[in-house]
Amino acid sequence: MAETAERIEEATPYPTVEQPSGRFLADREGLLGALFLGPAVLYIIGLVGVPFFLAIAFSLSDATVGDASLDFIGLRNFANVIKTPQFQRALINSVFFTIATQVIVIILANILAVVMSRDFRGKTLARVLIILPWATPISLGTIGWKWILDSKFSTIDWVLQRVGLLGHPDALLGASNHLTYLGVENLAMSSVITIHVWRILPLATVILMAGLTSIPKDILEQAEVDGAKFWRIHFQISIPMILPIMFIALLFGLIFTFSDMVVTFVLTRGGPVYYTQVLPLWAWFKGIDGGSLGEGAAIALFIFPVLLATAILVLRSAGRMEVT
Amino acid sequence: MGLVELKGLRKEFGDVKAVNGVDLSIQQGEFVVILGPSGCGKTTLMRMVAGLERPTEGEVIIGNRNVTPLPPRAREIAMVFQSYALYPHMTVFDNIAFPLKARKTPKMEIEEKVKWAASILGIQRLLDRKPRQLSGGERQRVALARALVKEPAVMLLDEPLSNLDAKLRVSARDELQRFQRNLGITTIFVTHDQIEAMGLGDRIAVMNAGQVRQVGEPQEIYDDPADTFVATFLGSPPMNLLERNGHLLGFRPENFLPGDVTGNEEAYVTFPFHVGRVENLGSDRLLYGTVSGAEENRTISKLPSTVRVSVETGTTHDFAVREDDLRYFDKATGLRTEPEPQ
Repeated sequence: MAETAERIEEATPYPTVEQPSGRFLADREGLLGALFLGPAVLYIIGLVGVPFFLAIAFSLSDATVGDASLDFIGLRNFANVIKTPQFQRALINSVFFTIATQVIVIILANILAVVMSRDFRGKTLARVLIILPWATPISLGTIGWKWILDSKFSTIDWVLQRVGLLGHPDALLGASNHLTYLGVENLAMSSVITIHVWRILPLATVILMAGLTSIPKDILEQAEVDGAKFWRIHFQISIPMILPIMFIALLFGLIFTFSDMVVTFVLTRGGPVYYTQVLPLWAWFKGIDGGSLGEGAAIALFIFPVLLATAILVLRSAGRMEVT
Repeated sequence: MGLVELKGLRKEFGDVKAVNGVDLSIQQGEFVVILGPSGCGKTTLMRMVAGLERPTEGEVIIGNRNVTPLPPRAREIAMVFQSYALYPHMTVFDNIAFPLKARKTPKMEIEEKVKWAASILGIQRLLDRKPRQLSGGERQRVALARALVKEPAVMLLDEPLSNLDAKLRVSARDELQRFQRNLGITTIFVTHDQIEAMGLGDRIAVMNAGQVRQVGEPQEIYDDPADTFVATFLGSPPMNLLERNGHLLGFRPENFLPGDVTGNEEAYVTFPFHVGRVENLGSDRLLYGTVSGAEENRTISKLPSTVRVSVETGTTHDFAVREDDLRYFDKATGLRTEPEPQ
């Protein structure tokens, strides 16, 4: 013991560093907090809050593009809008397109994500190709599709004609040379859904792939040792484990599809007649094209409850996300 | 012929030879520990037995059946991973039932077997819980129950105790061994912990650099290591190795005792031991020093607290080792040799 004590005394004293007395900006958490939050708050107020309340104000007024003064007219805009068959069809279409798209996307994304998490030649190229639709501007992508689906120059028709499914008297798909995808109700609706799927699929696939990679390898190997084969492992282990992530993918898809007007605007402008009309586009037609700001705002506000519910679900499930 | 036969197993990952020619025969009901430092290939070896890794060369035979090309599910094995790999979204019941469901066992029978396995491991009251609500020890039991419920021919355990805290590890070791003895399940247990290996194994296979260096009963491996790797890997502190006449002379620290406490009836070899440092561990004293006659080789002596001889730092004493406790190794190969005639 005595020896130890001696040694401690011999040791050089611990060097003391001059402590600066003043506080730096970085030490003042209150101020820093306000400073960091400021831009976000400004952004939300300026670009989300103001337009939102403006939309409510417009929807309750007789404002038009020519006369933006807000004269209160109660719920008359809503009443007028709801009566029209265009609106009713747009509402139904919005819901139908969104649900149909998500169902197809979730199924395809599952398949793609599983395939893409395996090792095979050209995997990187395949991954790039899968991401591409997401990286392409929606409008450009849709213009591309518009050509593919053109009533005269459709490449699909051309292929169908070459393989003998179209364009001669006994052909399976009819004697006409063209299917006019965007001119027939069902085909036009299917086309819109197809493009939405094409557009959302990359995001969903990437999210699911990330989910699948996050499953510990041990667990999948354990399932294998426990005697499970591919389907059991996928449906009883993988899918339940990535369910929260899958839910996020679904909610993003819902928002993107439900609030999108570009696809229908570029592809069909809501036609034929108004068979592919959707809420955002109809709001635009009414409010901006037609000049009736009040009615346009009223239509647009129908999108709000769906987006709000989705947003709440996204936030809640994001909070509940947990790993193992 | 043993229940499990590994014949010339090799596994290469690119240029890395993870397992480099392993032959091992494991008898029915035996508890075999594969012991080695990390990266020695022991886990790869076990994964080849499990079927999770396809050997580059060699055969795995379980119950007279060559299972080398078969997937894990066709091998009659169960495995407990180091992480326990419980399915986090399933209850304990469903976790244990999973291997049975995968085998399409009737529902009644599943219920029965899960309860049986749970009762053996004393986790009946946990059946409705999710894995995240369990402690480390409870998770380990669930993992064992899930392995047990399959009634496998061989149970593979990959460091199942290393995630437990030190205190729990001791009792878990005890339980694991009783459990294995009672059920008589052939068990292969991989670990880097020599204490686990010594305490649990009927036999230990010591591995290094992808090869099995020695197989034998724990005491045999401890007392008669086949080479300097085994000699220094087992035992804490490890065996002292001194160079002498072109050979390596090995003796365990606990056999290296002060001359005045050794008896006279047996033959002893005496060394002048210069004590550099004393470490008092309560139950033992560790003396770190050098043996002057042996080219300043560092040597450790482990004195039980019952030896009360006072040994001061900086002094030189005569320490002795029983001649029977001396082991000789070839300096070049590290392999065990016979003592040279003096």
